[in-house]
Amino acid sequence: MEKFTPERAIVEAIREEMERDDRVIFFGEGVATKHYELVKEFGKERIRNVPLAEGIIVGTAVGASATGLRPIVDILFAPFITYAMEEFVNSAGKLRYISGGQFSFPLVVMGMTGGGWCVGAHHNHNIESWFIHAPGIYVVMPSAARDFKGLLKSSIRDENPVFFFIDIGLLHMPGEVPEQEYTTPLGKAKVILEGEDITLISWGKTVYRAVEAAEELAKEGIQIEVMDLMTLKPLDQESILNSVSKTNHLVVVHEASRNCGFGAEIAAIVSEEAFEYLKGPVVRVTGPDAPPPSSYVLEQAFAPDKDKIIAGVKRALGV
Amino acid sequence: MEKERALDFYEKMFLIRKYEETLLALAQNNEIFTFCSSLGQEASAVGVVSALSEDDIILTNHRSAGHLLARGAEPRRCLAEVMGKATGYCKGKSGPLHISVKELGIYLTSTIVGGELSLVTGVGLSLKMLKTNAIAVCFFGDGAACEGIFHESLNLASVWELPILYVCENNQWQAFVHRKETMRIDHISEWAKRYKIPAITVDGNDVEEVYKNTKKAVDSIRSQNGPYFIETYTYRLRGHMEPMDQQEYVDKEELENWRKKDPVICFKQKVLELASAKEIEELENNIELELQRAVHFAKESPYPNLDELTKDVFVV
Repeated sequence: MEKFTPERAIVEAIREEMERDDRVIFFGEGVATKHYELVKEFGKERIRNVPLAEGIIVGTAVGASATGLRPIVDILFAPFITYAMEEFVNSAGKLRYISGGQFSFPLVVMGMTGGGWCVGAHHNHNIESWFIHAPGIYVVMPSAARDFKGLLKSSIRDENPVFFFIDIGLLHMPGEVPEQEYTTPLGKAKVILEGEDITLISWGKTVYRAVEAAEELAKEGIQIEVMDLMTLKPLDQESILNSVSKTNHLVVVHEASRNCGFGAEIAAIVSEEAFEYLKGPVVRVTGPDAPPPSSYVLEQAFAPDKDKIIAGVKRALGV
Repeated sequence: MEKERALDFYEKMFLIRKYEETLLALAQNNEIFTFCSSLGQEASAVGVVSALSEDDIILTNHRSAGHLLARGAEPRRCLAEVMGKATGYCKGKSGPLHISVKELGIYLTSTIVGGELSLVTGVGLSLKMLKTNAIAVCFFGDGAACEGIFHESLNLASVWELPILYVCENNQWQAFVHRKETMRIDHISEWAKRYKIPAITVDGNDVEEVYKNTKKAVDSIRSQNGPYFIETYTYRLRGHMEPMDQQEYVDKEELENWRKKDPVICFKQKVLELASAKEIEELENNIELELQRAVHFAKESPYPNLDELTKDVFVV
């Protein structure tokens, strides 16, 4: 299997889907400049630069998606979506419902986030839970190169609006990507390591840190099941509950801030639906309730690392 | 104007007027909660919509009764929607404010002021890229023109030469604030011109004037000259929302002056030169009757099933 980066996996996904379906278009700030090879292949009509104005970028995608096109928009950094909350949340997320099902919005918004480039809080802010809370929007946040490609392809093909979060820290981290055509289904979590003693759920870069923690704890005889959620909405509740009913313990790890982070929702679901299986507290290991800092040492300290995850696991197990 | 067209325009304007008066009576009687009246803006709606083709797509806003009815929406299904009934155009999920009727080309109605401006560029892009000859028409007010998205929308539509007709219904009021308090200019078309979009201001209370200029605009857009901007200069004769807004904040003299220019009453005088009083009376009676039946239909219609609460969130 070939190894390449999520950055390339994303471009391959877009190329394949544009080849497959003439209705797929791709625009955003500097998209045509950066992806000149796609412009050569698909033309300036389908690959477009836009004014630096997120509201109209996303609004245009929403309007186009309701009338026959399938837009992918790159807003660059996820926090820039705040300029387009109206268009994304009120229109893409609600107008299907408001209209009694008359319209659908097959579009993908891509945005980078997470520590890795020391870009500070206006370019790095893990806001995935905002869009899980908002109705009518799917939320995807892959960790492995192959899933960046497979999930982006599925997102482009889906009939619903998708926010596709790209963890900056993973963008240049190569991974195996199958050569043949494939997609990764939305709404399915993946067990990366099987284990009997405790479940560790994560997404984005902290999946790798969870794996590091699991490998270290294996030496102490603790068998950890690590699950990469990949799609946060729709949530693969079944896989979570199956795992927890086997291991009886759960730790959720995410880079996003703790307060009302998605870990809180997962903890609530497990305590409501699988309380009888739990033999200890559900523990969250998360970023702090602060804006992500720029300084390298502070940025590194923001996302949970291996040691914090190990401490969380021990707390959950009561050891 | 020939008699047939004049009668058609008058019929639509009278229907819109009576429909909104019906809604007002229902609201005052606590039979519906609220709605935003477009009373006084009938000529703008009828003049613009009558100049469009069937394939054209209309985006409107919370003050949409005129656009809906001029396009041929059934008053009974609009009323049912206002009452939150299952027979409404949106199954009761829109209510009075954001009615869309896809089958009539009324798409993506947004009640976030300026929302329609952000969406119309995408609709225009689809129509252009899918090589249709249709255009997108976006109705908004002077309030929306003060939103940042107005400027983003016009700029992009101009740069991409999108087939969009912008219709700014300048009704002088931005919710509870007079336009003069919020802008230095009198005509929003001045702003549009800065984006290199052909833009005109027309008497929005004169249906013939609106129709004639819209025809011209539509021809220009269909000839692939990019977007066009029409400001229909008009007046919101009622408050921001019914029935609670009593317009205490409105200058009485200004209101009286605009009442003298009431588009329905003024146009009726013109139609009377072309058609007999009897013809007009018959037309009016038919509309009153249709509206009575519509109210009955809406009241008798069932509410949505409670399982609708979580339907239509996603395509499944």
